[in-house]
Amino acid sequence: MTLSHDVLIVGGGGAGLRAAIAVTDDDPRLSVAIVSKVYPMRSHTVSAEGGAAAVIRPDDSLDEHAYDTISGGDWLCAQDAVEIFVKEAPEELLRLEHWGCPWSRDPDGRVAVRPFGGMRKMRTWFAADKTGFHLLHTLFQTSLQCDRIARYDEWYVTKLLVDDGRVAGVVAVELISGRIEAITAKAVILCTGGCGQIYPFTTNAAIKTGDGMGLAYRAGAPLKDMEFVQYHPTGLPFTGILITEAARAEGGWLINKDGYRYLQDYDLGTPSPTPVLRSMELGPRDRLSQAFVKEVEKGRTVDTPYGPVVHLDLRHLGETVIDARLPFVRELCRSYEDIDPVRELIRVRPVVHYMMGGVHTDVHGATPLEGLFAAGETACVTINGANRLGSNSLSELLVFGARAGRAAASYASGVRGTGGAVRPGVWAQAEEERRRLERDLLGRDDGKEPISVIRQEMRATMEEGAGIYRSRDSLAKAADKLSALQARFRCARLDDRSRTFNTQLLAALELSFMLDVAESIVHCALLREESRGAHQRVDFPLRDDRRFLANSLVCRDADGSRRVEYLPVTITRWPPGERVYGR
Amino acid sequence: MADRITLRVTRYRPESDTEPTAQEYDIPLRKEWVVLDGLNHIKDHLDGTLSYRWSCRMGVCGSCGMIVNGEPKLTCATFLKEYAPGPIRIEPLSNFPIVRDLVVDIGDFMRKLPRVKPWLIRSEQERPAKEEHLQLPAEREEYEQFSMCINCMLCYSACPVYALDQDFLGPAAIALAQRYNLDSRDQGSAERMDVLSSADGIWACTFVGECSAVCPKDVDPAGAIQRYKFTAAMDALKTLLLPRGAR
Repeated sequence: MTLSHDVLIVGGGGAGLRAAIAVTDDDPRLSVAIVSKVYPMRSHTVSAEGGAAAVIRPDDSLDEHAYDTISGGDWLCAQDAVEIFVKEAPEELLRLEHWGCPWSRDPDGRVAVRPFGGMRKMRTWFAADKTGFHLLHTLFQTSLQCDRIARYDEWYVTKLLVDDGRVAGVVAVELISGRIEAITAKAVILCTGGCGQIYPFTTNAAIKTGDGMGLAYRAGAPLKDMEFVQYHPTGLPFTGILITEAARAEGGWLINKDGYRYLQDYDLGTPSPTPVLRSMELGPRDRLSQAFVKEVEKGRTVDTPYGPVVHLDLRHLGETVIDARLPFVRELCRSYEDIDPVRELIRVRPVVHYMMGGVHTDVHGATPLEGLFAAGETACVTINGANRLGSNSLSELLVFGARAGRAAASYASGVRGTGGAVRPGVWAQAEEERRRLERDLLGRDDGKEPISVIRQEMRATMEEGAGIYRSRDSLAKAADKLSALQARFRCARLDDRSRTFNTQLLAALELSFMLDVAESIVHCALLREESRGAHQRVDFPLRDDRRFLANSLVCRDADGSRRVEYLPVTITRWPPGERVYGR
Repeated sequence: MADRITLRVTRYRPESDTEPTAQEYDIPLRKEWVVLDGLNHIKDHLDGTLSYRWSCRMGVCGSCGMIVNGEPKLTCATFLKEYAPGPIRIEPLSNFPIVRDLVVDIGDFMRKLPRVKPWLIRSEQERPAKEEHLQLPAEREEYEQFSMCINCMLCYSACPVYALDQDFLGPAAIALAQRYNLDSRDQGSAERMDVLSSADGIWACTFVGECSAVCPKDVDPAGAIQRYKFTAAMDALKTLLLPRGAR
């Protein structure tokens, strides 16, 4: 059986679904398919809580959204891409409204907006505090009316097929049957999300294992800005469940063990009873997570069995506001912490949340590898720079999901015009991948240790070596350890021989991608000898625009060696300056 | 609280087993662990061949529904300590074919979803891209509850009608149709009526209410079905009694 499509999308979350709809809108003759390792409505977009940013109010402007984004990203954002992003975000959020997204409303029936960290105007659209859930289900349900979008639900892509410098499709495993198939395509769009699972403590779902980044990297496409890993300042201890920034936007306070709003000690402004934009609790995530570490060093945090915590205080907001604006926060605190935020403090600590880096793309989602596109957290268009602002990611996956869909459609139409038959070399590659999966993984009988041990050590290594603060020493140690783990992975034990829903095989393939992604993060972090945004080097504490006003590109050469290059940051109208919050 | 607990977990591998069996695992009992943490402990430390679905671990992706001591539950939101001293029976969701171990085939639901047209239908031309449809907070509240479904399939697993008749559209699909019917922006309720009012639609429901009892998100599918029965009955009555122009 030959499985073939014009455009193949890997990942069925927000970016993938938006891209699929864009392809069908752009050229109804094209055959488009989504391959996803979970049913699309299970995708991790579902967990996003706080909202999606787009200028809609008359007192706001595109330039202000652009400036907030660029300064929030510590001037590492591609400013041309940011300008496109802020301009198209309102159109995309309105489109979601037209598709039925249940945005929260003002009393007059218009879409409501709330403040968010690092944003100087109120421009975050929200659906209570389940914005990602509603956005994903709206997109998925909207996609159902288009029966030309084929779906491979619960299929896992293991390899990109590349022919003569051009993408030709993928190899994928159908989980329910275990069959391994080549699916050929003229264009492939990677929309697989982030890779929080390479760290021990993360808001990211179990499925966030960097698959798309790994697939692209192995196919020779560069990854960009991988050293920038976002820690969200407010995760629940033990579970890592996210308590949305919206809790602070609605007026929540961060206090240390003395009940003191400690952010005032970190150049983030002075406390005020009601929220002030771009100040204190509404500062950017990188600065808030760094302040937490300093509080730990000063002994002003509270010790728990799951490490030090500070408190998020919502009590003064009252039950009515919490139930109307933050019902999910209350539900999560009751379920997982056994407390009621209406009356009690919430224990929180920084938690790995988002990858600013990803597969290098241009503003059309195109990667340097012909026919390969990427969008969403998997990709790095470079609108987030060294630190993403809260509520920019949902808007990003819509804007650039749609752009990647249109660009891939246009590319695939062009290739179709020229014939574009699949050449024998592609089948040979697919056959080789099938052998690797069957012989090297499913047929392995001499393995030593379980993959869970290697995975756990990888996670500990990343937190230890490439956490909120890094140094040459910590990163070099992490690099050595990861390389040892790579070797151990090749001898790991796999005892599940079944072809039916073999989640051990899946976990092994995911771990293999995670190890590659982890190495790329550590390697780029080692080479960036400055502190910028989420990348803080204790041995190089200052930003160094002379050497590092540049995006890093890490690339795997054909011989397996790693190469890092730097691209100058695209500056249009906002020359690098000081990041100022609260003053 | 004892520091260990036994999980009695359904195992089934179609290549080698003729029918499902139960396998016991002794795991630590920690107060902060949910049932899913127990399964992950088994998978990582005791038996890497156990298969089950999970993802978000915060009760919103809908992947990890199973039967825990006879009741459909989201295992990421169900604490082990509630079942101490155990043992705890963990079985795959009822009313679906078992694929393997705790994994069931929900293809039937996925095929039913598009039949209820769960998308916004507008009979007029779409508004220009520059403006939103106005919707008052009270209008949003009208359908909000039915928009909270995470498709976890607990309601299908609990539904006695679906157990007997797999053609029944089922609680979640009908609640989702109502979510759009009740949305002030939607004009598609007439288009959804054929499938909802068919023999496999609302009239198959005998109003046992199990679906609403097990729903982890308080969606109340039984309420959605009852409410739609009233709408459909009124509509049928109007068709009988009123001249065409007055309907």
